Amino acid sequence: MVSAASALLLARFQFAFTVGVHIVFPAFSIGLAAYLAVLEGLWLKTDKQVYLDLYRYWIKIFSVVFGMGVVSGLVMSYEFGTNWSVFSQKAGPITGVLLSYEVMTAFFLEAGFLGVMLFGMNKVGRGLHFAATCCVSVGTLISMTWILASNSWMQTPAGYSIDPATGRFMPESWLAIIFNPSFPYRLVHMGMAAFLSVAFIIGGTAAWHMMRDKRKGQPISQPVKVMFSMAMWMATIVAPLQILAGDAHGLNTLKHQPVKIAALEGDWETESRAPEILFGIPNMKTEHTDYAIKLPFAGSLILTHSLDGKVPGMKDFPADQRPPSPIIFFTFRIMIALGMLMAATGFLSLYMRWRGRLFTSPLLHRMALVMAPSGFLALLCGWVTTEVGRQPWTVYGLLRTADSVSPIMLPSMAISMTAFVVVYVIVFGTGIGILLRMLSRQPEEGEHDLSEQGTASVLGTRSHPETVLSSPDHGAR
Amino acid sequence: MSGAAYWLPVIWTVILAAAILIYVILDGFDLGIGMLFAVERDRGRRDVMVNTVAPVWDGNETWMILGGATLYGVFPGAYSTLLPALYLPILLMVLALIFRGVAFEFRIMTRDSGRSALWDLAFFGGSAIAAFCQGAILGGIIQGVSVTKGAFNGGPLDWLTPFSILCGLSVMCGYALLGACWLVWRTTGVLEASCRFWARRLAIGLFLGIIAVSLWTPMLHEPYLVRWTDWPNIVFVAPVPLLVMLLGFLFVRGLQREHPVTPFLCALGWFFLCFTGLGISIFPYMVPPSLTLWDVSSPPSSQAFQLVGTAILLPIILTYTIYSYRVFRGKVTEADAYH
Repeated sequence: MVSAASALLLARFQFAFTVGVHIVFPAFSIGLAAYLAVLEGLWLKTDKQVYLDLYRYWIKIFSVVFGMGVVSGLVMSYEFGTNWSVFSQKAGPITGVLLSYEVMTAFFLEAGFLGVMLFGMNKVGRGLHFAATCCVSVGTLISMTWILASNSWMQTPAGYSIDPATGRFMPESWLAIIFNPSFPYRLVHMGMAAFLSVAFIIGGTAAWHMMRDKRKGQPISQPVKVMFSMAMWMATIVAPLQILAGDAHGLNTLKHQPVKIAALEGDWETESRAPEILFGIPNMKTEHTDYAIKLPFAGSLILTHSLDGKVPGMKDFPADQRPPSPIIFFTFRIMIALGMLMAATGFLSLYMRWRGRLFTSPLLHRMALVMAPSGFLALLCGWVTTEVGRQPWTVYGLLRTADSVSPIMLPSMAISMTAFVVVYVIVFGTGIGILLRMLSRQPEEGEHDLSEQGTASVLGTRSHPETVLSSPDHGAR
Repeated sequence: MSGAAYWLPVIWTVILAAAILIYVILDGFDLGIGMLFAVERDRGRRDVMVNTVAPVWDGNETWMILGGATLYGVFPGAYSTLLPALYLPILLMVLALIFRGVAFEFRIMTRDSGRSALWDLAFFGGSAIAAFCQGAILGGIIQGVSVTKGAFNGGPLDWLTPFSILCGLSVMCGYALLGACWLVWRTTGVLEASCRFWARRLAIGLFLGIIAVSLWTPMLHEPYLVRWTDWPNIVFVAPVPLLVMLLGFLFVRGLQREHPVTPFLCALGWFFLCFTGLGISIFPYMVPPSLTLWDVSSPPSSQAFQLVGTAILLPIILTYTIYSYRVFRGKVTEADAYH
């Protein structure tokens, strides 16, 4: 019994850890690929060098991010089988098929055109190269769509029947499975999260270069200005939209997973005219939220859009069906706070733009720099909220997490957990270090292409121009 | 068994086998190139080796993810018994592929900080370990997995036997051969000549491996032996070893006459034949010696839905994959610095 419980715990830790690391990279790729497609499109349309410079600057970042996304994703595609074999046996006929469609419609598209996008600028025409960039970008979006269809189905299952003999999920309607009740909300919320996360990384990078240039008394370069302006437009427009989307998603969750809402709100009793608990510490044993600071009526207003709307409490549900409230109570609040700050940054930039101080306001630049990682932090907090909020189920209401895990394999899981932590620290630690060094170099006017530059210039010191000059046949093949 | 319930898993077995074979061939030469770092110390030439695959390795690796996803969606019974049974070699393979995958970027990007040599080592080590594990996984499946009531019930080290180690070493040798032949085709000068030298030796190693595995496999389970020796089966399977010999002749001649592509094609042929031979041995088992492909397959509604998409998408995927290879065709030299 002890070892089965520990194996379950380790399997859960491992999944949370590996998926938590992984999710950052696809989100980064989704946002950055779309940004690259926009930049290349603008370059083709206007023929302005600055867009090409930015394209070539960010594509180097993209190549590193994408590589890390591929390898961390590879882990996920085998982890279901190794650690969650009962889940994959029972839900595979549905989730496995959705994953296969992801591979065929998205992964191949991304991987097939990535080579052309990264190294093909001199080998194919401009139009074809732009098409390759668009294929990669569309691939990242398609990939997100299938993954969210699969994840949403686990949250709000639909279109299935259960085989009484084997307990397997049998697909009945694929349309109902894919377009399950929470899918559209998750898709929109996650898509905007990816765009916002990348916008804040780009905006933060630009802000850092502007602050450094100012300190050195140098003028701000055109590429830095353009990327800051584009990032701030994104924040101004998308951050408020994201708050609306999050609100709609909340209403959807209240309808389909009320106990999740109760747990992330820290509410124990069902009430109409419920207050919103701004801060507190939910206690699963005493069934009470300690030290609660409440805002009257706000809970009902936010969750039901009416002052006397009924808000569920966890006591309505058996104790063994409640998610662990203390975790998601906090992750949910951090996500909301970061979302508000992102919208505030957007509004501040709009004000500064109107005053003509977009590139001179120290307050805005400092705020943009501090907020650089906020998108990814919010995304991770949101992900924890929704996934931990689904507990104790893998398929909501139907298949328990405790019943999903592989047959007792404590030693294997302990070894793999240790190995993943060690390897991830080395690999992704190095990767993030490399990314930061790449970002600390300014995009230059006449930025070099990945396929034609000396290696060291990726990191700043342009030491091998002769490599380029000494290859007269370059691009001729 | 009704028509669809019988034929859908058979069709899917063919598709799965094709996906795995394409993966083995494509990522095989990638991994082989990594292993050849052991005999090529020059940094410039190492860069050339990596540059021959840098634009395509992502696509190559995707076939493996397709294999995993197909197993998961179409044969969940195999996915959920084989993966726990092969937990440790799969874990080791995945970790090795992580190092191999990021080393493509990191070995270049860390060049000015002096850690580049470490990432070269990671590229070599990741490739070698991943290749060994893939062979060991294959060996572990061939020799059989202990199953009760459709779930794995053995220990974490069941897969580790002399047979699976032999399979691991043979696959390492085979991948290195694919890598060497690929480089003979795609590079010039010193590198091309040195790869021709190594291709010959690796071919001998692979040849010995093929003989050993072929003689050992039928001894593992009675049905395997019957498949290869019973009349009239023997008429259909006899060409396999004969074709292996014929390819050996063409391979040696191709190397001697410095044909660019012949050695690579012969190496591909060997992989195809070995894979076919393996299929002949274990069909219709998906989890030998107990679960057949029909035992482990998902409901026909899942298989049919996925088959529709596959029939449309796979030809499209193959088309643009070939296009991408065409864009980056031709010999790669030190002047082509992709990074």
